[in-house]
Amino acid sequence: MTARLRWRKLVSGFMLTMTGVCALVAVSVLFFILGYLVYHGGTAINWDFFTKLPMPVGETGGGMANAIVGSAKLLLLASLIGVPIGFFGGIYLAEFSGSKVAFVVRYAADLLNGVPSIVIGIFAYALVVLPFKHFSTIAGAFAIGLMMIPITLRSTEEFLLGVPRALREGSMALGASKWSTIIRVVVPAAYRGIMTAILLALARVAGETAPLLFTAFGNRYWSPGWGQPTAALPLVIYNYALSPYEDWHRQAWAAGLVLLGLILTVNIVARVILSRGVAVPRS
Amino acid sequence: MTFLFAASVVLIVVLLVFELWTGSALPRHKFGLNFFFTKVWDPIAEEFGALPFIYGTLVTAGVALFIAVPLGIGAAIFLAELAPQKLSDPLQFFIDLLAAVPSVIYGLLGVFIVIPLMRQWIQPALKSTLGFLPLFQGPAYGVGFFTAGIILAIMVIPYIISVSREVLLSVPRDQREAALALGSTRWESTWKVVVPFAKTGIMGSIFLALARALGETVAVTMVIGNTPTISSSLFSPGYSIAAVIANEFTEATGDLYLQALIELGLVLFLLTFVLNGLARLLMLLTTQRGSGMGQA
Repeated sequence: MTARLRWRKLVSGFMLTMTGVCALVAVSVLFFILGYLVYHGGTAINWDFFTKLPMPVGETGGGMANAIVGSAKLLLLASLIGVPIGFFGGIYLAEFSGSKVAFVVRYAADLLNGVPSIVIGIFAYALVVLPFKHFSTIAGAFAIGLMMIPITLRSTEEFLLGVPRALREGSMALGASKWSTIIRVVVPAAYRGIMTAILLALARVAGETAPLLFTAFGNRYWSPGWGQPTAALPLVIYNYALSPYEDWHRQAWAAGLVLLGLILTVNIVARVILSRGVAVPRS
Repeated sequence: MTFLFAASVVLIVVLLVFELWTGSALPRHKFGLNFFFTKVWDPIAEEFGALPFIYGTLVTAGVALFIAVPLGIGAAIFLAELAPQKLSDPLQFFIDLLAAVPSVIYGLLGVFIVIPLMRQWIQPALKSTLGFLPLFQGPAYGVGFFTAGIILAIMVIPYIISVSREVLLSVPRDQREAALALGSTRWESTWKVVVPFAKTGIMGSIFLALARALGETVAVTMVIGNTPTISSSLFSPGYSIAAVIANEFTEATGDLYLQALIELGLVLFLLTFVLNGLARLLMLLTTQRGSGMGQA
């Protein structure tokens, strides 16, 4: 009996240690990724990287100024598409929900969230690239803007629902209409949470490559206006990593470090804000 | 007014399905179901069979789950059951950050770190130990199903961990206490009581991970080798649905070629649609059961 018990305790200890090893392996992957990027990218990064255009094929040097600006333009335009739809849609779900419509909208948003990004790319190609007969910043921004909608929508809904009922009722009792209650009381109370969620959505789509492949397409020069093919950081990393040139590999590492650095910084800041609590304190 | 914005989300999804459906009319009529069961992909002769891509997608996702499921569930058990909150929360924070790493970064590391490692060390080692299995035969190129599967595994582990941890944490406390009071060891209470209780939710997390793995594009394209082959060896270079769309979409000349690629997109959409639906259903079932039992 005691031998049996000892065996059971041994198994217990061993298996629990193994789960710890699993957790350790999973977390250490993050540090491997960071380590390699800092090691390879850190030495490759320089001032030219941020300020110069790519050099002609075969020449070393040059930078990715156009891809950095391209990414910024894509994200700006994508927010103009994704944030309003997600934000006002989220208000609808939180404040006027309960209907069958709300259920359908919620379902559609979850569906959209699960669509593989390459399929979103096909959709943007059919809807924006074909009619304009041009790869463009608009098409790329449309694709990643679509991907921002479900994230913004569901988190806006969630944070609005977190606002205490008493605030709404207080405002209504003072004679405010439902709409002005929402705009003046509920949204300001949930404002920080919603902003953080939008930041997280931006960080998520900033690294997307697949939906840009045949919408923004890539460009080795500046992309004037919004109707031309444009470079973007993830696209350049993808193309440079698969190229046969040593110097392009160096630049791919540098771009990877910059991209991941930005994304992780936004994520860390957003999550720290969220963990401090964003809901209105119930006094 | 907000209704319009909410409704536009539904409109977008309807339009997406509509575009994929009408956009793939030609190959659907020309090839019918043969599209899924023939393996010739010849744009010049205008013959399109998707079998190698479907095979590659399923095999890489299979390898990914084979690695990610035990590792992810193990880590989730550690985070939910064993680690004190002071350790569990920061670890979960790192896992969340891992989920935020974009796929092109995984591809970059795959190309420059994992592929050479595979070619020089891991694949030869597997060949000399498990080489009698057809899975581990053939030349070690570095690129191929196996490497793509490993990269995918790393990418989906955070999803499995996060969701499984949530589900495990929602298991009522009295379940554990009852098991421990009856004299079970800590592991027995976890494995025989808590995990079965959370089983459906954990299955949900696996379906979610599978959907992610099937739809993943860039990282797979960079390491799978991009050759439409069906081979029993995991070391063989292959191709996946998402990868062929990524590589050939802009070069597709002719309507039939382009529409065959769109049909592949439709297949991918339907696969992830079904899997995500299943995942959500399973997770809904556990949370309902969890809260119901908690009240009882």
